[in-house]
Amino acid sequence: MNTAAQILIPVGILGAMALVFGLLLAVASKIFEVKVDERVPLVRDALPGANCGGCGFPGCDACAAAIVGGTAACNACPVGGAAAAEEIAKIMGEEAIEGPRLAAMVLCQGDCEVAPRRADYYGVMDCREAVNANGGAKDCRFGCIGYGSCVKACKFDALHMSDKMLPVVNRDNCTACNQCVITCPKGVMQLVPYDHDIRVNCKNMMKGKFTRTDCSKGCIACRRCVKVCPTGAVTVADNLASIDYEKCIQCGLCVEVCPTHALTGNKKEGALEAYEKAHPEYKRPEAKPKKAPAKKPAKAEA
Amino acid sequence: MNLLLLLVSGIFVHNFILSRFLGICPFLGVSKQIETAFGMGIAVTFVMGLASAITYVVQYTILVPYGLEYLQTIAFILVIATLVQLVEMVIKKTSPTLYEALGVYLPLITTNCAVLGVALLNIQYGYNFIESVVFGIAGALGFMLAIVLFAGIRERNELSAIPKALDGFPIALITAGLMAIAFLGFSGML
Repeated sequence: MNTAAQILIPVGILGAMALVFGLLLAVASKIFEVKVDERVPLVRDALPGANCGGCGFPGCDACAAAIVGGTAACNACPVGGAAAAEEIAKIMGEEAIEGPRLAAMVLCQGDCEVAPRRADYYGVMDCREAVNANGGAKDCRFGCIGYGSCVKACKFDALHMSDKMLPVVNRDNCTACNQCVITCPKGVMQLVPYDHDIRVNCKNMMKGKFTRTDCSKGCIACRRCVKVCPTGAVTVADNLASIDYEKCIQCGLCVEVCPTHALTGNKKEGALEAYEKAHPEYKRPEAKPKKAPAKKPAKAEA
Repeated sequence: MNLLLLLVSGIFVHNFILSRFLGICPFLGVSKQIETAFGMGIAVTFVMGLASAITYVVQYTILVPYGLEYLQTIAFILVIATLVQLVEMVIKKTSPTLYEALGVYLPLITTNCAVLGVALLNIQYGYNFIESVVFGIAGALGFMLAIVLFAGIRERNELSAIPKALDGFPIALITAGLMAIAFLGFSGML
């Protein structure tokens, strides 16, 4: 065998092998071709791309595929909001459907000043871990644990911890992606309409007596808010008041009467007056003279 | 009996990762979750089984007759690269989730030394066709066992209070070392 053959034969053989494998791959790529709807990448581009999972799908890619596949609506993405929905609707050739803008809210006021602790917690500083250790360190077994899992879950800088170990929502940054709601082991986070401020700031379902020992700002189910509400938006069930945000006109009467300040929020000016005009039969509850504040100074003097 | 011995040897005694130290890259890279580790294990099993079969055929029908044994490495890499491409296409078609989860590590099987290692060892040990395939699959199962166990430990490590200096990769490497020591215990079996 001469030198030329010694070089050419291996080259030829390896070349032939490569050619065969290449052809094989070419055929296989035809067989295993994944057909992608051309609208999927377009919808994908219209989505914010945060992969936050707020839509209920594993990520923006999955959400885009679901929208094109018809299993999700054009406004499936809560983060992109109306702008993204409109753009997607254009791609899909549908009318955009608008929903009310939502924002997260912390339904607990049990910061380290008002909610006593029954134990010290030494462990992973994560609410989902701490809840396994006998439901958290606070006396109240319903409220915020205060280790900030929701803050870690928030990808939009809408949540941060106050110095009193309670999360605070920046509603302008909140995109209602639902991640904090999913993360919170106590169900303290809730999505409510963006422009709604009045809420029951408590989750404690114990009887009033026990709630009082748990936290000084808990709902004791005294039903004063129910009596005072003009529209019947406030109800009490399981020793806990709750507000129907569709019925609530944000008149703020319940906030005024709440003895423990479990109900909070700024009332809408003129809401009650407008309601009175529309419903002439409605009578405003008479303001009872407050006795307690009058007594206290007298005691202090004695 | 011989094949059974090969199987036990491949999975436990001469475990590709923990005793031969081949295929460390995916072992450290794709072992953060048991699920992805398992997916990687399946992909490697498929590639290693097929690679041992095809490289055997290539060796004894093409390379040996033409006296080209010295081109073994290049020829085998060619076979493995093709196989990985094929596996990638199949997985993309059949399981997009697994495809996403494996990410960059799927193409990396191409350069996974465990796959090339098993092909070369088959020839070195003079195994016949059946033995080669069994050895390849056993090696891959050993790989899968090691990576899934490792992923389980790493998942727990995530939740433990580990000193800051060791958190992350350092503790993973220490864990891998301890696992290798533990697997040394099997060496008395054969």
